Formats: sequence, structure tokens, C-alpha cells
Amino acid sequence: MNGALFLGWRYLIHHRFKTAILLASITLMMFLPAATRLMVADSATALTARAEHTPLLVGAKASQLELVLNALYFHAERPPEIPNQLLDEIHQTGLAIAIPLNTRFHARGAPIVGTNLEYFTFRSLKLADGRLMGLLGECVIGANVARTQGIGIGDSIVSSPETVFDLAGVYPLKMNIVGVLEHTGSADDDAVFVDVRTTWVIQGLGHGHQDLESATAGKAVLSRTDASITANASLVQYNEITTENVREFHFHGDTSGFPLSAVIAVPADEKSGTLLRGRFQEGTVSGQLVIPSLVLADLLETVFTVQNYVILGLIMLSLATVAVITLVFLLSQQLRHGEFFTLKRMGASRSFIATLVASELGFVFLGSLLLASVLTWGVRRYATEFLLSFMTF
Amino acid sequence: METEWSGNPRGRAALVAEINISGLSFRYAGEQAFEMTLSDFKIGSGQCAAIVGPSGSGKTTLLSLVAGIQIPQQGTIQVGETRVNELGESARREFRIQKVGQVFQAFELLEYLSVIENVLLGSIISSSTTDETRIRAGELLDSVGLGHKTHSKPAKLSHGERQRVAVCRAMLNHPQLLLADEPTGNLDQSNKQNVVDLLIRQAKAHKSTLIMVTHDRSLLDSFEHVIDFGELTGARV
Repeated sequence: MNGALFLGWRYLIHHRFKTAILLASITLMMFLPAATRLMVADSATALTARAEHTPLLVGAKASQLELVLNALYFHAERPPEIPNQLLDEIHQTGLAIAIPLNTRFHARGAPIVGTNLEYFTFRSLKLADGRLMGLLGECVIGANVARTQGIGIGDSIVSSPETVFDLAGVYPLKMNIVGVLEHTGSADDDAVFVDVRTTWVIQGLGHGHQDLESATAGKAVLSRTDASITANASLVQYNEITTENVREFHFHGDTSGFPLSAVIAVPADEKSGTLLRGRFQEGTVSGQLVIPSLVLADLLETVFTVQNYVILGLIMLSLATVAVITLVFLLSQQLRHGEFFTLKRMGASRSFIATLVASELGFVFLGSLLLASVLTWGVRRYATEFLLSFMTF
Repeated sequence: METEWSGNPRGRAALVAEINISGLSFRYAGEQAFEMTLSDFKIGSGQCAAIVGPSGSGKTTLLSLVAGIQIPQQGTIQVGETRVNELGESARREFRIQKVGQVFQAFELLEYLSVIENVLLGSIISSSTTDETRIRAGELLDSVGLGHKTHSKPAKLSHGERQRVAVCRAMLNHPQLLLADEPTGNLDQSNKQNVVDLLIRQAKAHKSTLIMVTHDRSLLDSFEHVIDFGELTGARV
């Protein structure tokens, strides 16, 4: 190794603390603006990709952004509900396939997505193991849910009560896992999928209890008329749907009025999509229809504007850091005057001293560049995943 | 002044002129208050000489001139066959690296290098460190009893040990000329004598010419020749 480079290297190693501070400062200076830009760009790509794959969304007339984030990423902020009837209305237009979504509930922190089997085809979701849900109370879990919770086929997962102290509220339902999805790198990895009717059971719109006409239900019958049977509090209610008790589950009321969070409308072609949008504009069909990619484009435009201000701020901060580093460096050179004088007396040239100083700066900058590159790679590797998990909860 | 050195109070014999200075006049750039003149000055090859004199008489400046660190405005400085004052900057650096060993007043060891790296500093500067120089550095340290501290940092050494490292560093390149600038400053009498003995022993072992600047007259008995610089130069402050 060249003598000046060797001395520069040894100096940095000896002054580890000072070197580490310099490395950290310059690394952050390089990393933060680059990472901000890349993270926003990658996240925008990931967000847009899922939105562009979702042609139309139908929801209640409220925030379009809330509707899109909830329907695409199962974001915790729920939009107002729409009646199940809307699903039928879209079907009846014959212009699009309608896929229901009900994302109100959670199980162990993961969103429960009530939908139908068409959702899996629409999203091209494949099973890693097991089968799709076929009965009430069965569920299919995303890859991340299976991995992080250590659960799989044969296990069960219980829906979370919405409020602990609300006795009249949502009761937990024990759901049996019958399938695990392959990893997709999307919000589907973090969700628990059930039939939409299962979410209505969780909500209490449907329930199961022992047959009041059976001989064993005698003590639970409070009164009996030709038209109805009234039960007392001793009536056994089921909190798990099994093949034995599934027949006891039923819904009270008209299911067309039951709630949905949104409906994904998949038109057969562009023309059908345009016609369907026309129906909504005419008011023939209630609710609002949005194009998710346009809604997210509006959001991203705001994000990019904010990003530019953030980067500008970081550049200003970097300039201040460079000024401080330069000052510290110049002071350090003054303190090392005696060392440089000794080297000169022993035969070192001016270029040797300059190379020594430059090598110290070079090593620090190279080290910082390497660290910043590793950190940036990490951000690119995990940013999208992080953002999606943030969007889910 | 005569060609042979004659300013030595204990001079016994004429010396072979290894270092020959004549008609010297030097002034630091931009410094009007100090001027050193030296009409004739010689030290023979392989001799150990001590230079004494009052502060400001130009003792340290003379060492800088002989080493080629400074260039006189007038006069000649000849070391062996080399006319130092006629060399260009690059050649003077080469001259120092190859032919001169220097022990500085404060030893000037680099704190961020280990003991053996400090000894090897001259070869590091010239990017000429080889296995051979490493072995020699190890041998030099062994010879001064520091073979077990080759990888220690100077901060971990005692004052006496740092002096020995500085002497080893000066001896690495088999110097023809060993220059020591008050290496005994701030030492007790016992350690002063140890340093002087070490320098003379190393110079004799390597057949180097030793010039040591000191203001401590109690050390002069160890030297073959003593030059009272105050009597020789026309330095004025």
C-alpha cells in the first residue's frame, strides 16, 4: 500500500470515534435524500400497480381516498357502508362482475376481508396449501398471517370484539382455517379471507343457536305461539360454525340491506366500464363509482410535492453538515501541524501530505457511500412491504 | 578559520572532513531579526560530536541546514560527496530519506502508529517498506530492549522508551549522518546519560557520524568532540 494511504488508514482507525461520527454524518447526508426519493418512487409504483389492476370501485358517497385505501389495502379507516343490494344492482346491469368487500372486522390484528370466491380469481391469488372457504365460518389466510402468527390449516382464528365492554356488540367468532395463500407481496398477504356472509355473522346479523323445537331446548323456551317461539337467556348460542351446527345458523331480516364496505366492479371491456360509470352518474345506481388509479394519482401528486420540499430541506441540512465537517477538518489539520512538519523533516513531500489528507477524506467518503448504498438497498427491499403493512393497520 | 576543525576544546586530532560547511549565511524567510553566519565548519566521518551553545545561537538551524530541510542564502554545505545546498527539493528529500537519521527534541512519534510502524516511518514515507526493513526494525527494537513492545502505541510507553523508539527510527536506514536535536531535554540526569550512550553506541555500531545538539554541559564527556557553537558562529538575534 502507498505510504500516504497507509498513514491515512491508520489515522482513521486510531481515531475511531471521530471517524464513526464523520461516517455517520456523511452517510446520512447521502442516504436521506436518496432514500426519500426512492422510497416514495417505489411505494408509488406499488400503490399504483394494485390500483391500476382494480378497474372500478363502488362505495358510499364519501371520501374517495378512504374508499380506495380501504378496498385495496384494507386500511383501518372504514368508509361508510353500502347495502348489499348494490352488489345485485351492479350484477343486474350485466356490465360488470361485482365482487363484494366487507372489511370492518379484525382477527389477531389482521383485517378480515369478507368477499366471495371471485375475488381470488380477480386478484390471481393462489393457494399454497389447502382449499378456498366453502362454508360459513371457514377462512383462508394470507401468507404473512400464517408466517407471523404461526398458524395454518386445521388451526382456528377468532375475530376480535370491537369493544370489550359492549355486551350487545360484536361477539367473537371462531373461524376454521382451510387454506393458506401463496405470498404475493401485496395487502392480501396480511388478510384473513372469509365469505361475506361470515362477516355478517360476526356482526350479529346472522347467528346460530340450539333448535328451539328440539326436545333439549325445553328449558330455554320462554313462550311459544303458533307464529313464534321466545327463548330466555339460557338458550345456547354458537360462537363457532361447525358442520354439525351450520344448519342452525340463519340471518334475520333482508340480506339485501346487509352492509358492505365496497364493491369491486370488473367490467367486461372498456365500453361496459364507461356505460357503468354513466349509470352511476345518472343516479340509476346509488352510491359512487371511482377509478382507483385516478384517486391514487391525486394522492401521489400531493406526496411528490411534499417529497420535493422534504428533499430541499435535506439538501439544506446537508450543506450545513458539509460546512461543519469542513470546519472540523480544517481545525484538525491545524492540530496536526506538528505531525505534518515531522513528516516533512523526514523526507515527505507536499504531495505526500496532500495524499495523506485526501486519503483520509477518501476513505471516509467511500465508507459513507458504501453504507449509504447498503441502507438505500435495504429501504428499496423493505419500503414497499413496510408501507403496505402501514396501510393495512 | 582553518580547513580542519579547530574549535574543539578537547580536540585531539585532525578530522577527515565528512561534513564541510563554508561561507554559510542563513536567514529565515521574512525573518529579519535572526541571521546565522558560519565561515568554516568541519566534522570528520564517523565521529560523534556534540554542539553546545547559548539559546538562539543557531544550533538547531545548523542541523536543519545539514539535513537539507533549509537552504542557506550563501555558502556551501557538503556531506560526504554531496553538496546539500545545490540539491533540488526532491533530491534533498531523497538525501534525508537515504542518508540522514534524525532524533527530534520531542521525539515526534506518531500517536496513531504502533512502535514498529513508527520505526518504519521513513520507509513508509518512501513507500519502500519490505520484509527486510521490517526485520531490521524488529532487530533495532530488540537491541534497545523494546522487542516486546513492537505493537504498542507510543501513548503506552514511558518517556525513556519513547526516546529509544525515536533513536531506532533514526537508525533504520543505516544513516551516514545521525542528527539529534536536544534529545535529552526534560530528562533526569540518569536518563540523559542513557540516551547519550544509546546514540553513541548506535552511531558507532553503524559507523554513522553523530551530531548532537545539547545545552547540557554535563553530557559532553561522552563525546569525542565538542563544539562550542557560540564561539564559532556569527548568529545574532
